[in-house]
Amino acid sequence: MAEKLRLDLVTPYKRVLSEEVDEVTAPGSIGEFGVLPDHTSLLTTLKVGELTYKQGNETFHVAVNWGYVEVEDNVMTVLVETAEPADEIDLERAKAALGRAEEALKTLSGDDKKFKVMEAALERAMIRVQVAGKNR
Amino acid sequence: MASLKDIKKRIGTVKNTQQITKAMKMVSAAKLRRAQDAVTAARPYADKMHDVLSSLALRVDEEIHPLLEARGKGKALVVLVTGDRGLCGGFNTNISKAAERFIRENKEGFESYELLIVGRKGNDYLKRRAGMEIIKVHEHLVGSGQVSYPVGALLGQEVIEHYRSGGYDGVFLIYNAFQSAMTQVQTVTQLLPIVPKEVDENTHVAEYIYEPSATGVLDQILPKHIEVQIFRSLLESAASEHGARMTAMDSASKNASEMIGKLTLQYNRARQAAITKELMEIISGAESIK
Repeated sequence: MAEKLRLDLVTPYKRVLSEEVDEVTAPGSIGEFGVLPDHTSLLTTLKVGELTYKQGNETFHVAVNWGYVEVEDNVMTVLVETAEPADEIDLERAKAALGRAEEALKTLSGDDKKFKVMEAALERAMIRVQVAGKNR
Repeated sequence: MASLKDIKKRIGTVKNTQQITKAMKMVSAAKLRRAQDAVTAARPYADKMHDVLSSLALRVDEEIHPLLEARGKGKALVVLVTGDRGLCGGFNTNISKAAERFIRENKEGFESYELLIVGRKGNDYLKRRAGMEIIKVHEHLVGSGQVSYPVGALLGQEVIEHYRSGGYDGVFLIYNAFQSAMTQVQTVTQLLPIVPKEVDENTHVAEYIYEPSATGVLDQILPKHIEVQIFRSLLESAASEHGARMTAMDSASKNASEMIGKLTLQYNRARQAAITKELMEIISGAESIK
């Protein structure tokens, strides 16, 4: 039995992580799921949310955007559009974005095309605020 | 022999040209660095995506999704990525020739090919060739700045649309892959249908668990995959173009320096000859009055 799981986290703009970890929890599109070493092969999509992984006693948090996950032979490949580790998130900026999204949503009606866009922005900002400050 | 004035004029012209080539070289060098960073950053994602997809294509029945299905060998679409601007050595010509060769040699065995060209230069070259069917040209798609993901995504969606409803049985992507500032590798890849990964028969292929469902996952991932691969090819091509232009402009500047050297030498010789001639005239003039 393998003891560790390899976690590769990549975005179109850079490789964010490539580490040996003990446990990963990811926001699947139909609910959060955990992955331990020796997990069976799995392919699933992710939604905007918080991905956490454990190395020994330490837990790390990453805010991720839409993407998907493949697990095979103890390698977990996470392909997402954006990924921000908690210590890289600028809390002030995230809060500002959250405020902007909330303001915009108040003025827009539900069937406006922009509504969906702002709703997604709000979701992302909320996750960012939630994740920021969790490491450390 | 050219007069002093003519030579001087020539030197001036060459110097002007050299200034331009030097400036272009500097600009390309700066752009190259950024483009190169972008390409190296995007490669892991695109490679991983390709890995996942080809291992996926191996596992599932191809009937499960239209983008995986091999349909036969009728008409194929060739997406050719070239540059909009010249003055970059053989960059555009080489890749256009590669596309022409690909179609003429027809190793893939399709009945006919049609081209979708990104970049003005590829169109300039191929529209004059016989038997090249160009359905669409995207000029100035990338512009002179960085390639942004939405540009790749839109082009990807267009390609998928063509594949779904345009009666094509395959899509190929031809672009310059960036290797170093000096070298570009002309790359031909099959974009659609997705080629399954090659494995030897003994390898056990485990079935995936899909969440929420196989089709649900594929519906999202496959279009994404095409977008990413096209985005990557645009990035690769942009970096290659800057590299090629930098190299071309560097050698142009060197040639100009060499030419200026030669012309200066010629100028000095002519000047000396003129002085000697004048001196002789003065001396012989003085002699004759004695």
